[in-house]
Amino acid sequence: MGNKGEVRLLDENGLRVDGRRIDQLRPVKLEVGLLDKADGSAYIEHGRNKILAGVYGPREAHPKHIALADRAVVRCRYHMAPFSTDERKSPAPSRRELELSKVIREALEPSIMAEYFPRATIDLFIEVLQADAGTRCAGITAASLALADAGIPLRELVAGCAAGKVGGKVVLDLSDIEDKKGDADLPIAYMPKSNQVGLLQMDGSMTEDELKQALDMGIEACKKIYEMQREALRQKYHIERDEDEKPEAPEVKA
Amino acid sequence: MSATRQLSPVAKLEQKTVHDLIVKGKRLDERGPLDYRPLTIMLGTVEKANGSAYVYLGKTKVLAGVKVELGTPFPDTPDEGILTVNAEFVPLASPTFEAGPPDENSIELARVVDRGIRESKAIDVKKLCIQPGKKVFVVFVDIYVLDHDGNLIDAAGMAALGALVSAKMRAYDIKHDEVVYKDEEQKIPLPINNYPVPITSVKIDGSIVLDPCLEEEQVMSCRLTVTTDKNNNVCAMQKGGLGVFTPEEIKQVISTAISKSRDLREKIISKVD
Repeated sequence: MGNKGEVRLLDENGLRVDGRRIDQLRPVKLEVGLLDKADGSAYIEHGRNKILAGVYGPREAHPKHIALADRAVVRCRYHMAPFSTDERKSPAPSRRELELSKVIREALEPSIMAEYFPRATIDLFIEVLQADAGTRCAGITAASLALADAGIPLRELVAGCAAGKVGGKVVLDLSDIEDKKGDADLPIAYMPKSNQVGLLQMDGSMTEDELKQALDMGIEACKKIYEMQREALRQKYHIERDEDEKPEAPEVKA
Repeated sequence: MSATRQLSPVAKLEQKTVHDLIVKGKRLDERGPLDYRPLTIMLGTVEKANGSAYVYLGKTKVLAGVKVELGTPFPDTPDEGILTVNAEFVPLASPTFEAGPPDENSIELARVVDRGIRESKAIDVKKLCIQPGKKVFVVFVDIYVLDHDGNLIDAAGMAALGALVSAKMRAYDIKHDEVVYKDEEQKIPLPINNYPVPITSVKIDGSIVLDPCLEEEQVMSCRLTVTTDKNNNVCAMQKGGLGVFTPEEIKQVISTAISKSRDLREKIISKVD
């Protein structure tokens, strides 16, 4: 994490640089199915993050030798547009983007019933159009909706949100400046119904208690984002909200 | 693009053996679930490097070397030296490693080790600045995986730490923003402030075991690496694998990592003369 000091990240009322409380999410806007050619797509605005996710598949594996006999191969590419950051980012995939592609795939793959599509691939593309901290989590939130939009059977939607530590306090959903000047960042992806964490990374410095507190805070936020994801799907597919919700589908073991 | 990997047929056969043992609280190599394999660390094995460490973690072998050179600082940190961590999975270490550019696994490993060193502020990078914006020392940490029997992240993290704490560079003065080296005999250590140690646990069949060997890694559902510093603060974490953890399991893994890291950190520091 960067240096502390120059910027006051928490004011005397405990409010943050952008006026949020420590446990308050940035505004989240979701849209499903906005791309024509992709089998599934979704767009997320999370704070000033603007991220597009597209899914192709299940489709025939190409090249063929990558195909698996018992399940679909899931492939993932996380990529940032050259104009998405303050300084221009080279369009060539960086080491960071390669790592994030891997951890994002590992967060989403547990939710996909890939065993229904042996020898096929499911390709997942995440393009960050504007980055404002928390792109991997927002990317996961959008990509999970894109998978649902593609009609790929999912065990559950995956929601992403980061928590962290800023100005000595555990806070939710770091903004760009908080990420750069803060003390720690803890990105989380979570499936609420099964209570499972699929992505967990951390950098910075936190005590054991702070870390556990941040984990709980991030998970609560993922539950909120999960409800927004469901609402976005209802909007797209014009599903009326059922007052007394139907019983859940039987649990499928991961 | 990041893609699902095929589990080797042998791993599939071993899956049952490993699972049957884990359910009974046993392991292939007769360790308990929270036992770490014996760690051996030798410092300074490569004389031409500024620092080096050879780590044996069970049968896993990792060599790390540190080289210090002059370079240009990054524009956003003009008064700080530079740390770069790179990992090579050399083909002699495993039948599954291939020569060529680093794949996502070696990039992930290098970045997790890098985060531990960087975020714990193990190196005082301000002390590596010679002329702000123009000239700084660059510390290259190169990790060489020589024999892959599981838990490469921990072995690599401890090898990198060992190489850094044992590193010596030629003593120098700064005259007119230039580095003037003193005579060959005078050596100084790197400015080291902290000692990050990564500890990895894996989940197999709902059980958590520490320090997986290769067979366990191949059948694991997922892993979680927790890097802690000398003050028992957590400075980096990384989950990997296609499985998922419950929040309770994560908290358990964090507590285990904090308690296990103390002895290992002591062991590495005690080797430095």
